[in-house]
Amino acid sequence: MTTWVQRFDNPLSARIRDARNMAYAGIAFGVLAAFVAIPPIETRSIVWSILLGIVAVSLGIWAVTRGHRRVGWGAVASDILGIGLGILATKSGTGNLEAVFNSALIAQTFAFSTPLVFGAIAGMFSERSGVVNIGLEGMMLMGAFWGVWGADKGGSWVVGIVVGMLSGGILALIYAYFAIHLRADQIVGGTAVNFLALGITGYFFFQIYNGNYVPQGVSTIPNVRIPGIADMKFLGPAIGDLNLMIWISFILVIVAYFVLFKTPIGLRIRACGEHPRAADTVGINVYLVRYGCVVLSGLLAAAGGVYLSDGFGGGTFTDNMTEGRGFIALAAMIFGNWRPFGAFGAAVLFGFSSAVALRLQVYSASASTLFNVLPYVLTLIAVAGVIGRTVPPAADGKPYRKQ
Amino acid sequence: MTEPGPTATDSFASKLALKQRAGGLVVPLLTALLAFLIGGLVVLATGHNPFYAYHDIFDGAGLNWIFHPSTNIAHTAPYNLTQTLLQTTTLILTGLAVAFAFRCGMFNIGGQGQYFIGLYVANWVGYSFQGMSPVPHILLAVVAATLGGAAWAGIAGLLKATVGAHEVITTIMLNWIAIWIGEWLFGDGGPLQNAANKTVPISNDVAQSAKLPVFWGIQNLQGLDIGFFIGIGALFVFWAILNRTTLGFEVRAVGFNPEAAAYAGINVRRNLVRAMAISGAFAGLAGALDMLGYLYHFGVSDIPVSNVGFLGIAVALLGRNTAVGVGLSALLFGALLFGTTHGLSSNVIQPELAGNLTYMIQGLVVLFVGADLLILYVWNSRKKLRPKRTSTTTAGAPA
Repeated sequence: MTTWVQRFDNPLSARIRDARNMAYAGIAFGVLAAFVAIPPIETRSIVWSILLGIVAVSLGIWAVTRGHRRVGWGAVASDILGIGLGILATKSGTGNLEAVFNSALIAQTFAFSTPLVFGAIAGMFSERSGVVNIGLEGMMLMGAFWGVWGADKGGSWVVGIVVGMLSGGILALIYAYFAIHLRADQIVGGTAVNFLALGITGYFFFQIYNGNYVPQGVSTIPNVRIPGIADMKFLGPAIGDLNLMIWISFILVIVAYFVLFKTPIGLRIRACGEHPRAADTVGINVYLVRYGCVVLSGLLAAAGGVYLSDGFGGGTFTDNMTEGRGFIALAAMIFGNWRPFGAFGAAVLFGFSSAVALRLQVYSASASTLFNVLPYVLTLIAVAGVIGRTVPPAADGKPYRKQ
Repeated sequence: MTEPGPTATDSFASKLALKQRAGGLVVPLLTALLAFLIGGLVVLATGHNPFYAYHDIFDGAGLNWIFHPSTNIAHTAPYNLTQTLLQTTTLILTGLAVAFAFRCGMFNIGGQGQYFIGLYVANWVGYSFQGMSPVPHILLAVVAATLGGAAWAGIAGLLKATVGAHEVITTIMLNWIAIWIGEWLFGDGGPLQNAANKTVPISNDVAQSAKLPVFWGIQNLQGLDIGFFIGIGALFVFWAILNRTTLGFEVRAVGFNPEAAAYAGINVRRNLVRAMAISGAFAGLAGALDMLGYLYHFGVSDIPVSNVGFLGIAVALLGRNTAVGVGLSALLFGALLFGTTHGLSSNVIQPELAGNLTYMIQGLVVLFVGADLLILYVWNSRKKLRPKRTSTTTAGAPA
């Protein structure tokens, strides 16, 4: 095993792993992605372009997270262009490209990324205060069911959002009690939260709606139609008619950034996550901050869930509706390095891959799968390759014992 | 999460060792009882009788077989029991997958993914290598699937050992990658999709020669296959590896305290990879036994429904990561799994509700088991009670 480490640390491999070179390699792969699809090689399957493109995009993002922003983003841009051109070339005869890549894809990307943004920001608050939150999935699921239940029984989507968020908050409170006061292993506790939410939502969904669908005509979260933009040619389908929760998610990211990095409260939160003993010494109530953050985390994750059922889903619920979105949100948070804008960027990237996957389903099932699996592969690469660059808060996951 | 290699002194395994001393059999029993109690309250609150519900689940799992034992599979109780034991077999192995990593101080959430990889490999070997004679075919499929599971978990172990990537994150990601691999393999136009009928996203059936012999019941009606004995055997193997081999000693040493283990000359990194791979081997074996034992094929729609890998977490935690404990709690959850779904006659509570009750009980068990203080509190209060009792007797004796 030591030999592997030595192999990992020798000068040649260090040079290869240099981020700048990675970015250049990324650009090269992006070019290659387009190249394989045009005449000399002219592969008729779009899988190759996409495969190369995925490698290229991940290399570019790697470079960005290493601090080589300009060349890294350049690589990402060239790669996406490369994939686009590659697909364009393979599909130009049939003209399907129009159907996959159009401005409505932007709207769909945001529709897919919004639950992830809520989840990722939720997870970020919890983990910044030092409590790992594997239970995001469960909290989101609670929001999805109780949100649509609230909208149905309360008669208004506002009630739905409030009820949904509260349900996630209550589950988070239970989790917080076990994680903070009882000093339970946080991973185990979070896993328990996911099982619990699955059971509770499934049980009451069948009990209340007798296993059928939520009745038609539930009050749903409305779209925001921006008068001038909605009828414009490109911007109209892209951002002219987005759901209210999508706009709220944008605001949330900015607010989260300011709260976390520009206010005394944010400083306290981060102190609890980095060095709780020191925070305690200067008079910060570590337990209170952690309770607050975990409950906030539950509220926000559940808000993402409400959007899923009562916004994106149009007032429906199905068993296990979140289908792992909580885990993608977790991945987005890690990929974004526990930072609001990083998490947002990762969530949008993952949302984009889900949106593309959905649209490619008709043309190529295997290409669609590639886009679906992309978030997980990228995150795996990030935690593996990033080597010390994805830095979680120092006291993340460690229960604090008051003295 | 950042340190290359484990340095946490307050590792899970060391805490677990403490808990193992504290409470013995009492605490797991209390935990399970409490979970069933709360589950019963939910049942009561939604207008069903919890006693009748649990009684029905008990019968649905075929546990009433002990009151009227019979081997005739046409009767309900023996049939239900065989189904429960099929689930138990799987859960023993997925439970061991979680337990083995725990003993090395790691949390293997990836049992589900490793189980899937085992399923896929077993299906591929079972279908593609037609015309082999049964014994080598079964051996080949089982060994290949076990190695597949080991390799899948080994990725997480390797990443932890080399770059210090946290195994929880990597195994979660590997789970989802395994799920999407399945969607691709069995989906429309996938490599393992049914060769005869290209319209359904279901795999081929494994060849007759790869099917495990059934010893109780009928093969086409999900009879109990010899995989059950392999599962029981795995419990012995688990115990033997941990307690009777150098490897097991090293694994446990690393689990208790990696720094001390390293100081004693144990190669911590190598043991992390080995422990994770052995973990995955158990889960992969579970996949192989399911595929060759009674599933024979697998479809895209089966993938999101399967949760035996996650149930393994509850099994391992409730069983205190010991061979006997895992065996017993696998039986409990196996009974719950079948008794609340297919086995349940819907007189008192519908299977759809009861199935979700299983998730709730599972969640509650995991929640309670994970709480150190709760367990220590119970243990300490027991200790507090004991001297009081002796003091009253000694006080009473002279008088």
